[in-house]
Amino acid sequence: MISVENLSKQYGATTVVDGVSMVIERNSITVIVGTSGSGKSTLLRMINRLIEPTRGRVLIDGHDTTGEPAHLLRRRIGYAIQGHGLFPHRTVAENIATVPRLLGWDEARIRARVEELLLVFQLDPGAYAGAFPHQLSGGQQQRVGVARALAAEPAVLLMDEPFGALDPIIRAKAQDDLLDIQRRFGTTIVLVTHDMDEAFRLGDRVAVMSHGRLLQYDRPAVLLTRPADPFVSRMTGVSDRAMRLLSLTTAGEAALPGVSDGPAVAASASLREVLSELLWRGAESAVVMDSDGTRRGHLTIAAILERGRPG
Amino acid sequence: MPGMAAIVRLAALVLLLAFLLMPQSFAPLFAPLTQYGAPPIYDQGNLLTLALAHLGVVCCAAAASTLVAVGLGVLVTRPSGAQFLPLSRTLVNIGQTFPPVAVLAVTVPLVGFGEKPTLIALFAYGLLPIFENTIVGLQTCPPQVLEAASGMGMSARQRLLSVELPLALPLILEGIRLSLVINVGTATIGSTVAAKGLGEVIIAGLLSNNNAFILQGGLVTGLMAILLYDGLAGLERRICRTAHLE
Repeated sequence: MISVENLSKQYGATTVVDGVSMVIERNSITVIVGTSGSGKSTLLRMINRLIEPTRGRVLIDGHDTTGEPAHLLRRRIGYAIQGHGLFPHRTVAENIATVPRLLGWDEARIRARVEELLLVFQLDPGAYAGAFPHQLSGGQQQRVGVARALAAEPAVLLMDEPFGALDPIIRAKAQDDLLDIQRRFGTTIVLVTHDMDEAFRLGDRVAVMSHGRLLQYDRPAVLLTRPADPFVSRMTGVSDRAMRLLSLTTAGEAALPGVSDGPAVAASASLREVLSELLWRGAESAVVMDSDGTRRGHLTIAAILERGRPG
Repeated sequence: MPGMAAIVRLAALVLLLAFLLMPQSFAPLFAPLTQYGAPPIYDQGNLLTLALAHLGVVCCAAAASTLVAVGLGVLVTRPSGAQFLPLSRTLVNIGQTFPPVAVLAVTVPLVGFGEKPTLIALFAYGLLPIFENTIVGLQTCPPQVLEAASGMGMSARQRLLSVELPLALPLILEGIRLSLVINVGTATIGSTVAAKGLGEVIIAGLLSNNNAFILQGGLVTGLMAILLYDGLAGLERRICRTAHLE
């Protein structure tokens, strides 16, 4: 658990982050979203002390982060940035091994960990371990950047616009991979982005920042249905907020008992996708199927529409 | 045409070695430049010994310049040393603009005749290219790579040694190469204060009005500078390739 307590950063007379307090739950993904200059990156960097706060403090699992030298703290916290920042003069394997080497792991353990991570990130160790970053595609470089951040099994992973440099298709894949990895390793992830779609897709909780202040910090559905500030509604978008709300619930969660003669949809599909499928097929209801092929229940258009209303 | 370049390179090297090892066999070539039966080939010392002494002084000076210039470059690109950048730059620029001959004139009374004043003059003259290239190399490291290095938990020292200096290496090597080559030519003036070197041949030619000597001294020095430049450029390319820094 990360507690941010009344954290502020000032440069001269300019306040970049202004008294932010928030609690980030263990094993969750928290997304900090805001326009450029909102102070979101500064807030993130104060967690691993790349930037030292002017006021306030950060506790990780109850321990004040200023209790040890900053570079030792950072070895326990994963860090991935936009444009990956891979070391161009080191191979993929050496890049991934950076933090384990700093921590003095033995070579056999490092080799095993590098291989495990390459496999997790769908990079064949035989082909990629010895490759240099410039020989990889943008998507592969980004995956190596995240693998490097996770190498020493950190409990916390900070990500600053990690997918900002990727094209939309690769970005969607990278987001799915991140969700898988978060489930697999149980890492607490704090991710900064300016992209509200990304925030809604990844975040268990979303923090909206503007001009250095934290405007609202809550579950995505609450941001939509009970925005604390006009800026939050502007960020989440008013015109398609009903569809956004539908996209936050899966068919499995919303399925009602009973059967239907309509098309089958996956329990993992969002209500938005199910609605689109029903409109397309001209059907009134759908059967919700689990991934193992068992029937979970059914959904009607009316039931879906019900879910697209606040409260 | 890499084949052609290799042939020219090899020919130049063979020519230089042949002249240094068997200078007398080139006597007929230089004879037309002499008058009144003066010797066509330098006869007051061994040309090979002089060439090696010349190179030795240049390399010693370059090693010292490299140590100081890279050290200074690292210092002034650290946050704590940034305030020394203008001062260091001024000092290094003085080293380059102060004529080496004048450095000799100032240092001879202090350290006496011989290799020492030459070493000092070459050292001061060779600082600038290495210093400036070190600074550019360190300042142009991609900011994301540096941020990642810090974010991973490298200490300032680890970041410098394992990320910044390796990334700046191609430019630093280029600076050393420029400094070395400039000083191969400049070192000839050392002979005016009794340092052993190829300048001796040129000065002997000037004193005895022997154009053959002047030409020999100049040609050997020039050929050495070109070969050194070419060889070091090749070495740089190889280092950068194996370290994947291109």
